[in-house]
Amino acid sequence: MKQLSLLVFIILGLIASVKSQTIEEVTMYQLLERVTQSDDTLYVVNFWATWCPPCVEELPIFESDELQQASQKVKVLLVSLDFKSQKEKQLLPFLQKKQVKQEVLLLDERNPNEWIDKINANWSGAIPATVVYHQKQQVFHEGELDLPQLLQLVSSINQ
Amino acid sequence: MRKYVLLLAIVVSVFSLHAQVKVGDKAPDFKLINTDYQKVALSDFSDQEGVILIFTCNHCPYAKFYEERINLLHKAYEPQKFPVVAINPNDSVKYATDGFSHMVAKQYQFPYLLDNEGVYKAYGATKTPHVFLLDNTRNGFEVAYIGAIDDSPQEASQVKVKYLEDAIKAVKEGKKVNPDFTKAIGCSIKPFQ
Repeated sequence: MKQLSLLVFIILGLIASVKSQTIEEVTMYQLLERVTQSDDTLYVVNFWATWCPPCVEELPIFESDELQQASQKVKVLLVSLDFKSQKEKQLLPFLQKKQVKQEVLLLDERNPNEWIDKINANWSGAIPATVVYHQKQQVFHEGELDLPQLLQLVSSINQ
Repeated sequence: MRKYVLLLAIVVSVFSLHAQVKVGDKAPDFKLINTDYQKVALSDFSDQEGVILIFTCNHCPYAKFYEERINLLHKAYEPQKFPVVAINPNDSVKYATDGFSHMVAKQYQFPYLLDNEGVYKAYGATKTPHVFLLDNTRNGFEVAYIGAIDDSPQEASQVKVKYLEDAIKAVKEGKKVNPDFTKAIGCSIKPFQ
């Protein structure tokens, strides 16, 4: 029994380590480079954190089929503002427990005053916040969204 | 179509922003209950040179990061007539640990007020922590600085620029506060309805 639990423990550890490689740490510059493309993909970027209950509450809308069908090509990026020291202890177990399917990035920046305006001048810095990028355009929303509001935000962009 | 998008962007941004006081504006007055059950008003500080007004709370990790730094700010600046006044704008229905008894348990050396009257709205605070430095001028309290405490929320040891302390220094010396507005990440306020 002891051996079995050890085995389970090792396997879980392996899964966790494999998964951790998929959470890329990005700077604001790298993030913006990725979402401000001239291709036909519509990027939905949500700033969230496991420690932010309203963020966690709205996560399922970013996993919905309706969102995927809202445009020809939709790419969701869930940009976590969790603390880097909490990546293994907090973020990864959370993503596994909630079975989050969309791509999660961990923001690797130090001084919020230097990067908040790069997302949107209207952003006060409160999370959750959501930005939709399509080609050179963007629309921004600070605060929680429900699915109809998210779909409306997506459809408000010129495509 | 373009115009429509622009219009919508404006509508979205208007909805996402409160009317925030700006630097130079008169500081909105308040009278709220403190952790000693006494009401505290901004006008109680009229014999001070200024007030470090901080909207903060108990539950938010960013507020927790700054707890010790806020204690130190009060210790350093209260003798210089710039005391800290903290206001918790969150309803404990949303976050149990933001409840009044939890505020009392903090045993802060500065007033820690419960905002069940929407004072945060008058200031345009959107998150915790959110700082407003108030300068006591001949015309009463005016907003001198809005934003972050410093440039490194997660690591106090990594701070390079102390925005708030620089602002206090400038106000004391009668110089222009620069920058007088910064941004920080924080937990969105869940107010009393």
